[in-house]
Amino acid sequence: MKSLGSFRRKFAPWNDPEAKPYISIENVTKKFGNFTAVDDLSLTIYNREFFALLGASGCGKSTLLRMLAGFEEPTSGRILLDGQDMRGIPPYKRPVNMMFQSYALFPHMTVEGNIAFGLKQDGMPANEIAARVAEMLKLVKLEQFAKRKPHQLSGGQRQRVALARCVAKRPKVLLLDEPLGALDKKLREETQFELMDLQMKLGLTFVVVTHDQEEAMTMADRIAVMDKGKVMQVATPAEVYEAPNSKFVADFIGNVNMFEGPVSTVVDGKVDIDIAADKITIRTDATRDCSSGQEVGFAIRPEKIRVSRKEPANSAINSAHGELYDIAYFGDMTVFHVRLESGRIIKAASLNAVRTVEDPLGYDDMVWVNFDTDAGILLTA
Amino acid sequence: MNTTWSRFNIVSLVIGFAFLYLPIVLLVVFSFNESRLVTVWAGFSTKWYVSLFNNKSFIDAAWVTIRVGLISATCATVLGTLGALALTRYTRFRGRMLFSAMIYAPLVMPEVITGLSLLLLFVAIGFDRGIWTVTLAHITFTMCFVAVVVQSRLVSFDRSLEEAAMDLGATPVTTFFKVTLPVILPAVVSGWMLAFTLSLDDLVISSFTSGPGATTLPMRIYSQVRLGVTPEINAACTILIAIVAVGVVIASIANKRREVQKARDEQAAARH
Amino acid sequence: MQKLIASITSRLVISVPYLWMLIFFFIPFIIVFKISLSQVTMAIPPYTPTIDIAAGWQGLINSVSQFNWDNYTFLASDPLYYKAYLSSVIIAGISTFLTLLVGYPIAYGMARAPATVRSTLLMLVILPFWTSFLIRVYAWIGILKPEGLLNQFLIWANVIHTPLNILNTNTAVLIGIVYSYLPFLVLPIYSTLEKMDYSLVEAAEDLGCPPITAFWKITFPLSLPGVVAGCFLVFIPAVGEFVIPDLLGGSETLMIGKTLWNEFSANRDWPLSSAVAVVLLALLVVPIVLFQRSEAKAQESEK
Repeated sequence: MKSLGSFRRKFAPWNDPEAKPYISIENVTKKFGNFTAVDDLSLTIYNREFFALLGASGCGKSTLLRMLAGFEEPTSGRILLDGQDMRGIPPYKRPVNMMFQSYALFPHMTVEGNIAFGLKQDGMPANEIAARVAEMLKLVKLEQFAKRKPHQLSGGQRQRVALARCVAKRPKVLLLDEPLGALDKKLREETQFELMDLQMKLGLTFVVVTHDQEEAMTMADRIAVMDKGKVMQVATPAEVYEAPNSKFVADFIGNVNMFEGPVSTVVDGKVDIDIAADKITIRTDATRDCSSGQEVGFAIRPEKIRVSRKEPANSAINSAHGELYDIAYFGDMTVFHVRLESGRIIKAASLNAVRTVEDPLGYDDMVWVNFDTDAGILLTA
Repeated sequence: MNTTWSRFNIVSLVIGFAFLYLPIVLLVVFSFNESRLVTVWAGFSTKWYVSLFNNKSFIDAAWVTIRVGLISATCATVLGTLGALALTRYTRFRGRMLFSAMIYAPLVMPEVITGLSLLLLFVAIGFDRGIWTVTLAHITFTMCFVAVVVQSRLVSFDRSLEEAAMDLGATPVTTFFKVTLPVILPAVVSGWMLAFTLSLDDLVISSFTSGPGATTLPMRIYSQVRLGVTPEINAACTILIAIVAVGVVIASIANKRREVQKARDEQAAARH
Repeated sequence: MQKLIASITSRLVISVPYLWMLIFFFIPFIIVFKISLSQVTMAIPPYTPTIDIAAGWQGLINSVSQFNWDNYTFLASDPLYYKAYLSSVIIAGISTFLTLLVGYPIAYGMARAPATVRSTLLMLVILPFWTSFLIRVYAWIGILKPEGLLNQFLIWANVIHTPLNILNTNTAVLIGIVYSYLPFLVLPIYSTLEKMDYSLVEAAEDLGCPPITAFWKITFPLSLPGVVAGCFLVFIPAVGEFVIPDLLGGSETLMIGKTLWNEFSANRDWPLSSAVAVVLLALLVVPIVLFQRSEAKAQESEK
């Protein structure tokens, strides 16, 4: 396990200019009538990468996956897999396999029959098929269920059969459409890690479609955040969360307090933004080029904001005073909603690191919120 | 719907089913009547069955009917399944409106019209009327029923099963025979059974399209009925009813067993 | 190559049933129409002109020029036909309404039955449907005859003293149609009612609606697609019904299916019976199209 982890930490072919992409999606557009599902989209995915397509429903992520599988042909643009143009190659000739959201297990076949189906299509000799099926059953720990039919299995078991069926053929790329969507929360968390282990063990390239950001963040090496058929940002989970490239991504991933206003000064690598409506001056690191007077956005995560009754040292910047309007207690952390005089609500989260606090913050308390100059992110898009 | 069964519901069901079944029950009862009069009970007897089995014209007609039924139901099942596939899978082709109209119209088309038009077709192309013209006519009107039955199954068919098969390397044709057909098979079988019984049952279309030597059982019964009600016909009817009833009851018990078993399996699976 | 195979299969799937229906369903109608414009003769086939392919284009023009609308003029001039059409529609309409009256409570009772009983009830409704139509009509002869079982029962129960004359009247035809077509109406209504979410009715009652109002405001409107489909399934074939009026009806019973049959088999007037069929079809084309639309819509909404 440790070796896998260290491999994983170093795995970053996207930063290596020499690395050859395994899947290249080049200017792909897909239209259904007048509706553009995928809009001039380009992406590169590397060998052995665990890649997630993340977006709300209707953003085009499933259409993209179906184009990789061959169920849809791009209206324009092309898809290369390991250097080969996939245009015109039907799904049953492609070296990729897909795990369906509904699992699509054949109801009239046993678990074994389902796993062997793809191998039979390749004309593999019967003894090899038997050996491969046994191996797959062992891999997903379903040996004693080989003779069962899909309806005799629990949801989690069905998911594992679906997985075994599509990895049995040793595809170059495994496509997973909401692989955990049908499982309950607890099972989902366990299965996430199983999927990651499996991907490492088999050394496969995974492309997973999901609308669940936690799932994408946990499993993926890189995430492509999609909206309206376009990729908004492609980056590692940490980058997407801590350094979103746009207001859309900042807002889409996790909780965020978003401010918008004109830049007043740019001095010494710091930018001051004037949020007139809330009477706040934000000072933040100039991580992006901007000039005085330009309208910019500023995003800050709740856990990076401090709440206290005491006035902070420099309350002229990155601070606001307001009334504690709502307290949401989650056990591991508490989220405070602070209402400023302007009516704006600022969300601040704090970790409950100790069990009891003397004189805890309560409803209607007047409190200060403040944050550091490197806590938030300047957004120009 | 949830189950709050009021007295009104029960009463209307009892009356309704009495209305549906009483005539048939009476018909069966009087087939065992000693007397020639079908309306006066004169004691139990099976003599009408004996005389029925000695009636060669009935037996001949029964064979014709069965042959027509088996051939036409089988052909109609193939054609009807193709028609259902065409309707559900190809939403855009030239003349789809006409095709869909031609599938649905025969379901309600008065039989005299269908029968007359088929007869005139056979006359126009100079096809001698006989068992084959009846069979062709039966294929035509029963395939529409098959198409509708299979179509309603195909509509709820999970297309991702087919995509999964193709994704795993099966060509479209292999996919159809290995995945689609086995999954829709129950609907195809019940389509066949429906086609078979409709063919057994048909009087009007057969009368128009049949020729010498191709008298079907309903035609035989009909010509007898026009002469008057006899216990012999009651006996013939009773046998037909018994065959159908046994078939339907067995089919639905088997179906119910399968469903119960499936429900049990699913419950057991959920406990894992 | 793969694409070629795929396109060939898809063409086969469409064209085989399509061609079949064109040849055996559509073209026959055109022939019926053609013959309805011909004249009856004592010959085989018993109409003229016949189209002689051997005579070529000129022969075709010759025979087409002999076509005329005489049969239709005759249909319009003889009140017998006009009355037969009218009374067919009236009898079909009344019996459709009666079938609905009998069938709706059955469908409703089935849908409200406990789930365990429901499949048995469904089988009980389907069973007569699989039983021969002819047999079911025949069964009523023994019941409705003057010395039949119904009269025997009513006299025994002292309700009447002289037997009622029901057989060979329009009443018998109505009973026969209601009885024979009942399952066609019960099944579509049952399937819409069964799919209905009963909590809608509970919500209506919770909002202050008494059960009967809730039925008329919620249950009935939601079951309308089934009611409409069921009524078409009864009405359209009933208009052209032949067996029921022939076996149960009397001399007063005028129905167009019977008229057509008589013109065809007794008078051997094929052109006139074709004209009768064409007019009947014209009469039914609107309900058939409506029926087909409602079926197609129901199939769409299943998706």
